[in-house]
Amino acid sequence: MSGTAITILIIGLGLIAWLSARARALRLAHAGRASPPSAPSPAPEARPRGPLLHSLPSYHGWYAAIWVAVPALLFLTVWTSLMPGLVTDRVLQDPAAATLPQDAFSRGAILSEGRAIAQGKAAAAFDPRSNAFVEPYREAQRFYSIGGGVIALLLAFAGGAYAFTRIRPDFRARTRVERLVMLGLLIASLIAIITTVGIVASLLWESIRFFSLVNPVDFLFGTKWSPQSAALGYGNENAFGAVPLFWGTIFIGAIIAMAVAIPLGLMSAIYLTQYARPAARKWLKPILEVLAGVPTVVYGYFAALTIAPAMRDFAVSIGISSASSESALAAGLVMGVMIIPFVSSMADDSISSVPQAMRDGSLAMGATTSETIRQVLLPAALPGVVGGVLLAVSRAIGETMIVVMAAGLAANLTLNPFASVTTVTTQIVQLLTGDQEFDSAKTLAAFALGLVLFIVTLLLNIVALQVVKRYREAYE
Amino acid sequence: MTEQTTPSAPPKMAARHVNVFYGDKQAIRDVSIEIDNDHVIAFIGPSGCGKSTFLRTLNRMNDTVAGARVEGDITLDGENIYDPSMDVVQLRARVGMVFQKPNPFPKSIYDNIAYGPRIHGLANSKADLDVIVESALRRAGLWDEVKDRLKDSGTALSGGQQQRLCIGRAIAVEPEVILMDEPCSALDPIATAKIEELIHELRGRYAIAIVTHNMQQAARVSQRTAFFHLGTLVEYGVTSEIFTNPREDRTKDYITGRYG
Ligand SMILES: Nc1ncnc2c1ncn2[C@@H]1O[C@H](COP(=O)(O)OP(=O)(O)O)[C@@H](O)[C@H]1O
Ligand SMILES: [Mg+2]
Repeated sequence: MSGTAITILIIGLGLIAWLSARARALRLAHAGRASPPSAPSPAPEARPRGPLLHSLPSYHGWYAAIWVAVPALLFLTVWTSLMPGLVTDRVLQDPAAATLPQDAFSRGAILSEGRAIAQGKAAAAFDPRSNAFVEPYREAQRFYSIGGGVIALLLAFAGGAYAFTRIRPDFRARTRVERLVMLGLLIASLIAIITTVGIVASLLWESIRFFSLVNPVDFLFGTKWSPQSAALGYGNENAFGAVPLFWGTIFIGAIIAMAVAIPLGLMSAIYLTQYARPAARKWLKPILEVLAGVPTVVYGYFAALTIAPAMRDFAVSIGISSASSESALAAGLVMGVMIIPFVSSMADDSISSVPQAMRDGSLAMGATTSETIRQVLLPAALPGVVGGVLLAVSRAIGETMIVVMAAGLAANLTLNPFASVTTVTTQIVQLLTGDQEFDSAKTLAAFALGLVLFIVTLLLNIVALQVVKRYREAYE
Repeated sequence: MTEQTTPSAPPKMAARHVNVFYGDKQAIRDVSIEIDNDHVIAFIGPSGCGKSTFLRTLNRMNDTVAGARVEGDITLDGENIYDPSMDVVQLRARVGMVFQKPNPFPKSIYDNIAYGPRIHGLANSKADLDVIVESALRRAGLWDEVKDRLKDSGTALSGGQQQRLCIGRAIAVEPEVILMDEPCSALDPIATAKIEELIHELRGRYAIAIVTHNMQQAARVSQRTAFFHLGTLVEYGVTSEIFTNPREDRTKDYITGRYG
């Protein structure tokens, strides 16, 4: 019996359990009303008072359905993941296993060929020795899948029976279902957290492996980045100095992009909150926010195909001969534009949350609107704006597509915005694409870079949220 | 011609046949009143009757409310303040305002007071500004409490101190009229007493109009009282007369606590 069929069967059983538990609960409720404990009263207006149900019948239904389906399905999930191991163990107990060669590689090849034929994924054996294992595999598979199916069905019936014995008028099915729903929600949120922890752990693990090959000090403070030379066997020293990458990231994400995004974002927020009429605001704000939804790869095209050549031509026209067609400036400018809606919406929030009383106070002193903005609103909104900018920086330095397409790969340590620079994210992409051995220093370097990026953005986010939070408290 | 009861000099501010609308809704109907230097005038009336609205027409703060519209004449020293040639920024420097809830700027005590003098260019030097700040704080009765911590934030003061800071901020630009909209409603009795004392001291030097929902306060601080009801000015006169011998039944009902 296949896993899918069993699953459908169990869900069907759950449905039946729902219907019949509900019906049973309904019957109990009717019985309680129809035959009051004492003799039938002659007075028709004396309402019969029986034991009413504590919970609605459908809650009894859900309770039974959960007991039927959940344990059985959980068991099936675990069973499915254990089965391949169990099957192989059983095959190895077959007399044919004695004939297997000793070396692990050909053993594995023969066994998996046998399994593939047994499962119908391969037509014929490449290695004739595999044929001996087809039948044992079939037999073991059949054994465990039937066994698993039977156990799952037994669990379903046992769960159902347990739930049924508990259906009584005073049984608090509603409370139980509520508790199970809560448990389900808790598990759902834990999954996200556990996944994050897992990602961090793997990042850490691979980084530790990298740092056993390359000195962390060389990595963090070295100024020469040429992982290719390490891959070609020139040794790991002086090949993994990440400073040019860090600089490129800061240059593009925190300097050039912010030089665009902070003034433009702030000014558009000021316009929207202070000057725009409500009708204009109603249109402009969503349009600005749509910008935030444009896929970054589209910005990447724009940067690479439009802005970068224009920047190069411009640089050449003002006499900078070293200008490259991939420049920090092109990537930074486009990234800045991408970040504008983000800065603008954070600034908008913090300016709007400055109490109206501040604004009135300043206007009543005879200040103009722009004086009020400069001297009262912006200083009061500053912490919120700073928090927003920090969040924007953390987004910008983690941004990948634009820099991959427009910033280039050359690890230059330069202040020249027309030169090609590279960033942490670009290099991670570069290190991990193509055929790579997964234990060379070159590949592992990607994880170390990822770890640095992760730590920096995490810190930025924590600081930013702290700043924003403290600011919010000040006005509550 | 009948004898004028008002002095021969024109009043500091005069409102004639003023109507105020919020969109289609009329909040003030045909109000005429005069405000002068030699007395404090109190605006009283049940909440929602238009006291704040009327007060805000006097320094054109209603301009900042979308949809608000003012009809009629309001003059300051005989000049129509709604005339297109009137500079609103100048007007508000001459007609200062103190709000219901203390609203010091999130700046130092010094900078709060210096705010107006700075934007209006009243001081030529730091020393000038120091003098202005000190005298404003003294007149606001706050100097002794804050002279050692002028650099502290204005928002760190107590509510009553904050409100006196706001009064100091308003008088630092040497206004001619001060409008106060329920300046004590967020304060405790002791802080309220201090503000009332301050109003006594400021009287005569500035024309003062104060909105209050507190009858005793109106009786204590004002020499003239105007009673508003449903957007109209029901009765206007000398405070002691309004409180002891009101001409209108509505005034009497309100003062004796029948409603409001
Ligand atoms: N910004 C506004 N927009 C529309 N209506 C307003 C606005 N401000 C006040 N009103 C209305 O005008 C009337 C007078 O309000 P207000 O002057 O605040 O009264 P008071 O200060 O006497 O309590 C009320 O009915 C109020 O609802
Ligand atoms: Mg009011």
